[in-house]
Amino acid sequence: MKVIDKSLAGTLESSDIQIILMPAENGGIEIELKSSVEKQFGRQIRKIITETLGKLQIENVKVIAVDNGALDCTIRARVECAAYRACGIKEKYDWEVID
Amino acid sequence: MERLRRTMMFVPGSNPSMLKDAYIYGADSLMFDLEDAVAINEKDSARFLVYNAIKTIDYGNTEIVVRINGLDTPFGKDDIEAVVRAGADVIRLPKTERKEDILEVEAVIEEVEKKCGRSIGSTKMMAAVESPIGVINAYSIATSSKRLIGIALGAEDYVTNMKTKRYADGTELLGAREGIVIAARAAGIYALDTVYSNVDDEEGFRREVRLIKQLGFDGKSVINPRQIKPVHEIFAPTPEEIRRSANIIRAAKEAKQQGLGVISLNGKMIDKPIIDRADRILQLAAAVGLYKEAEEYEK
Amino acid sequence: MKNSIGREIPEEIINGRALYGGEFALNEEVAKAAPKVKPVKPNESKLLNSIEEAIIKTGLKDGMTISFHHHFREGDYVLNMVVDAIAKLGIKNLTLASSSLSNVHRPLIEHIKNGVITKITTSGLRGGLAEEISNGLMEEPVIIRSHGGRARAIEAGDIKIDVAFLGASSSDEYGNASGSRGTANCGSLGYAKIDAEYADKVVIITDCLVDFPNMPASILQNNVDYVVKVDKIGNPSGIASGATRYTKNPKELLIAEYASKAIVESGYFKDGFSFQTGTGGASLAVSRFLRDEMIKKGIKASFALGGITKPMVEMYEEGLIKNIFDVQDFDLDAVASIGKNPRHYEIDSSFYTNPHNKGCIANKLDVVVLSALEVDTDFNVNVMTGSDGVLRGASGGHCDTAACAKLTIIVTPLVRGRIPCIVDSVNTVITPGESIDIVVTELGIAINPRRADLIERFKDVDIPAYTIEELRKKAESIVGIPDKIEYDDKVVAIVEYRDGSIIDVVRKVK
Repeated sequence: MKVIDKSLAGTLESSDIQIILMPAENGGIEIELKSSVEKQFGRQIRKIITETLGKLQIENVKVIAVDNGALDCTIRARVECAAYRACGIKEKYDWEVID
Repeated sequence: MERLRRTMMFVPGSNPSMLKDAYIYGADSLMFDLEDAVAINEKDSARFLVYNAIKTIDYGNTEIVVRINGLDTPFGKDDIEAVVRAGADVIRLPKTERKEDILEVEAVIEEVEKKCGRSIGSTKMMAAVESPIGVINAYSIATSSKRLIGIALGAEDYVTNMKTKRYADGTELLGAREGIVIAARAAGIYALDTVYSNVDDEEGFRREVRLIKQLGFDGKSVINPRQIKPVHEIFAPTPEEIRRSANIIRAAKEAKQQGLGVISLNGKMIDKPIIDRADRILQLAAAVGLYKEAEEYEK
Repeated sequence: MKNSIGREIPEEIINGRALYGGEFALNEEVAKAAPKVKPVKPNESKLLNSIEEAIIKTGLKDGMTISFHHHFREGDYVLNMVVDAIAKLGIKNLTLASSSLSNVHRPLIEHIKNGVITKITTSGLRGGLAEEISNGLMEEPVIIRSHGGRARAIEAGDIKIDVAFLGASSSDEYGNASGSRGTANCGSLGYAKIDAEYADKVVIITDCLVDFPNMPASILQNNVDYVVKVDKIGNPSGIASGATRYTKNPKELLIAEYASKAIVESGYFKDGFSFQTGTGGASLAVSRFLRDEMIKKGIKASFALGGITKPMVEMYEEGLIKNIFDVQDFDLDAVASIGKNPRHYEIDSSFYTNPHNKGCIANKLDVVVLSALEVDTDFNVNVMTGSDGVLRGASGGHCDTAACAKLTIIVTPLVRGRIPCIVDSVNTVITPGESIDIVVTELGIAINPRRADLIERFKDVDIPAYTIEELRKKAESIVGIPDKIEYDDKVVAIVEYRDGSIIDVVRKVK
């Protein structure tokens, strides 16, 4: 998929992560992360974001993530949501890819 | 053993923190809501949250129900696809009015089950009746599909349609409640009552739970962890009921061991409905720690 | 070298001090220190015009030790006011021996940088000051002492206070000082009383000068050198909140319910029992569940202890608690009660829980319920550093009451956000696992294997029971495995156990 627009998913509440995606022509996946648990889970959060984008075949994108202790499943959900929004897809998702 | 469904706690599908924690309060079922609790522009994000939560989080023995958006909305189909793939136990259909509503959803569920390799029929369904026509059609809805495990009353829309509102004594809901329970019993599925929204009014809540227990409901929809304990307490059998039921079950077992066709206790004959009820009472008692199978109860 | 619970303490830190070797390992006869007293003759006035004047009159010099109490909590103006004045007078190299420090004491950062304050001993460290200290602001490590440990250290002369600057809600011109009858009231002055008795010079700072004699007083005139009136000693809303309310947070309530059930089934819950609960959400809520059980079973408590809140006062007024021993008040109802309820006693921190006196009241405690930031699989508890290794808490009376009570219960959620609270090894040990009997989480309880009697007793009790290792695994399965915090070798704080031995150190975070 190709990111065509800036998008946002998630909130700044506790146990959530806000993901902002921005189109990038090249340069791969660039992640700017702010997290309340940076020291303990920063590495893991970046890994999940990268994996999820990889699964959706998004190769060039800038990610701004503000995390307040989200679990991995929440991070995946927010990245997936932001990705589809950024790619302009609103329904009839390809669930084979997501699953 | 049949599953207990005394409490079904509503959890907004858009709240990661509640999706994470909701199971710890001991509700028999959790209902993750993609419908009324989620704003139109967050339908997609809630769906992704619920999908990933169900796939990842260990909810133990708690039954996971997801209330989807109807197929008449742009969200219904994706909701079903996500939820079936994630492995929810039950899909709850809102605003069910006729059996065709169920059959349409069932067809989509089946299609997804085939696609993702889940066994056909593994995703159960539940119908929420929220209108006068739904109440009229309750039996036809309740018998529409083998997947259907229960039927629930949603009172807020219903009372508006009925040109009334909710009163403390619940008289306005009596017909609908009776209709739902009768249909459920006739169809052999569960009957669940509507929510009680004033979380701070515990006395009013208890009154309503006692009423629906009396009417024969299996359980109640709850919106706050604080409402769980009162329901379980009220649905818990009395020590006398437990003692009598334990004796009935023991007599039934003994009769079976001795190959007797007729079961009797203290000279009285016991038939199947009485045994079924005793079984159910012991289940309810065991669920609140009032009964252990190994324990001896005096005759 | 490792102490008896396996915490590595660097040689240069030990430097002749004792290593922790068990709850009551240090139990020798001790000699009490005595303060110097400059007699006050009739007709001498103690009333001074300014803090500067008081600093000069007390003879405060470079290298001395000053002390403060923390009864005004986040509303405290006194400490910053005094240290500012000291700095202006050019005095340096002081040891600050405050009973605790909080967010409001952030200006100390500058005074540390300028060399006014070079050593600190305290129970708590929070906010910006705590972060800076964690990042290596001070040359000398801070010494973290529990409330009982501080009282012991003062009585033993380990802390020798040259000048105590003690804020008081009201005072007369001769130094009879109280935490009541002013505009900014804090009730009990339990932590300040010991400073007044053992400091060479005692200065009372108040914004409410009342007619002589200001009785009953927490601090008596015979211990006071000077009295200074200032405009404001503190912000009342930061000192004592309105009524402390029970939590409505369902997770905290669930934990509290399990904890209360554990107490009821423990064998210690009987007529005449005594208890202490903390002021955290779950801990405080335990007292409500206990209240219901006490009414149901017709049980009355002989006394309640510790930091006092409205719920405790209500139970006293209902006749469920016969006596309140009060070292500190957290809300205005508790403040009011100390003045009107005859068996609501103000106590000092030594009477409260000093291990080296002839028997503190905590020794008579049956049940204590305490919170935790982290608990490890050895049952060690951390209430001092966050999971990121940064100082952000207070030792308080945690290890004191845990060591004394017959039943010590820790209430903690399994995880906070993404932070696991049951871990392999806590970042910092404040209370050793041997003091802990039961850990209560929202999933259920874990009983310390040292308490075989309790494990036996709880076999048939209807509370979900796990081993602490099972709880740790469950937490890990929810949040994942956090990366280990990386530390420098530099020690930023020494954690002293209540008996004066070293139980742990806090290192600088990389």
